[in-house]
Amino acid sequence: MDLSIIFDNIGIYLEGLKNTLILVSISLSIGLALAIPLAVLRTSKNLFVSGPIWAFVYFFRGTPLLVQMFLIYYGMGQFEPIKSSFLWFFFKEAYFCALFAFTLNTCAYTTEIIRGAIENTPHGEIEAAKAAGMSSLLRFRRIILPSSFRRALPTYGNEIIFMLQGSSLASVITIVDITGAARIVNSRYYSPYEAFLTAAVFYMAITFLIIWLVKKLEFKWYAHLRRE
Amino acid sequence: MLNLQGYGPSIIQGTILTIELCLASLVISMVLGIITALAKLSDSRLLNIAAQSYTTIIRGIPDLVLMLLIFFGGQVFINQIGPMLGYNEYIDINPFVAGVSTIGFIFGAYMAETFRGAILAVPDGQLEAGYSYGMSRFKVFSRILLPQMIRHAIPGFGNNWLVLMKTTALVSIIGLNDMVRMAALAAGATRMPFTFYLVVAINYLILTSISILILNWLNNKYSAGIIKA
Repeated sequence: MDLSIIFDNIGIYLEGLKNTLILVSISLSIGLALAIPLAVLRTSKNLFVSGPIWAFVYFFRGTPLLVQMFLIYYGMGQFEPIKSSFLWFFFKEAYFCALFAFTLNTCAYTTEIIRGAIENTPHGEIEAAKAAGMSSLLRFRRIILPSSFRRALPTYGNEIIFMLQGSSLASVITIVDITGAARIVNSRYYSPYEAFLTAAVFYMAITFLIIWLVKKLEFKWYAHLRRE
Repeated sequence: MLNLQGYGPSIIQGTILTIELCLASLVISMVLGIITALAKLSDSRLLNIAAQSYTTIIRGIPDLVLMLLIFFGGQVFINQIGPMLGYNEYIDINPFVAGVSTIGFIFGAYMAETFRGAILAVPDGQLEAGYSYGMSRFKVFSRILLPQMIRHAIPGFGNNWLVLMKTTALVSIIGLNDMVRMAALAAGATRMPFTFYLVVAINYLILTSISILILNWLNNKYSAGIIKA
């Protein structure tokens, strides 16, 4: 073990850390923002509304993230209309493609998590809301969604961690995230232990930080269930 | 139908390799999982700590980083150990072995959690009854614990299996000719990346769909006699 390699290249790792955090936080925020309406629509009884969402979720949960990323990054170039339109400005960038793939992927998983939570809403809560004369929109906003978020939180915490770990795939399409930094250092010095163990330490630190934050949030959101 | 320009057979070869890889890593992960679950539940403090650190560390590190670490690191390690044992030729790590052992090692940690929960779900009285009939520890395990824990393990096991299958796509990065890499080669030659990656995606969907059907069937089989709420 030669730790001086790491200290000399700490700049690459910090650059990688920055990229990982940007990729993960942007894809998680957009994914979550899209997943909430999708999950609500997914519970619709109209097959033309819920069907396409079911298919979207089924595709993105049933195929590897790596293949999804390749489909977007390498695949889009196959279509002449895309190549000649303004869209190519985005799809030719690896960074955008990774972000796009991650967003769709986490959106599909999150939709499924929230849908599960919505469907597990205790019947009594909905009945009480109806009895109080709430319209269906108000019911969603005040009763169903808040209680669903609470039920979805532990599972969503896992999804955040999966997304963090999944983001290491960005390094495959030339992006310098934490894993990408490790691959650069490894190929420069041929020192796989130092390079990849350092990356592992970075990821573990972020993972534990996320677990701690989710625990804090759970403590707050489950205040009514806390035993003094 | 899709025109694969003669690359159909190579994709099928890749698919077969992917399936082999899935099954081989599944076996390793189940063996590791059951050992780790028993270690977590044992009375030995040392075994508890070892099992706990294994599962915690694995879950904190991305699969890709572990795979690169084992593939590149293992290469260096073996070639450092080799000369000490009097073997002086350069040893190449087989990517299949690296892939299977990494995936097996990762999912061993997830399986351990599933199995631990399933073992705890079997009531103690059942095991006690077995011992009081004079059964040996092994007999209690194979005749009482195992048949009853399977029912509790199937949902978690199923999830792990579905994730494991998708993780095998990563072996294409360390140069194993699975279906993703076969598709990449075909895509490069024909300039039809979307078509080939779509075929691979559909292959994965077929594999996961078949798995879900089998898992549901197993679940029903092992839940026979259980009254659902």
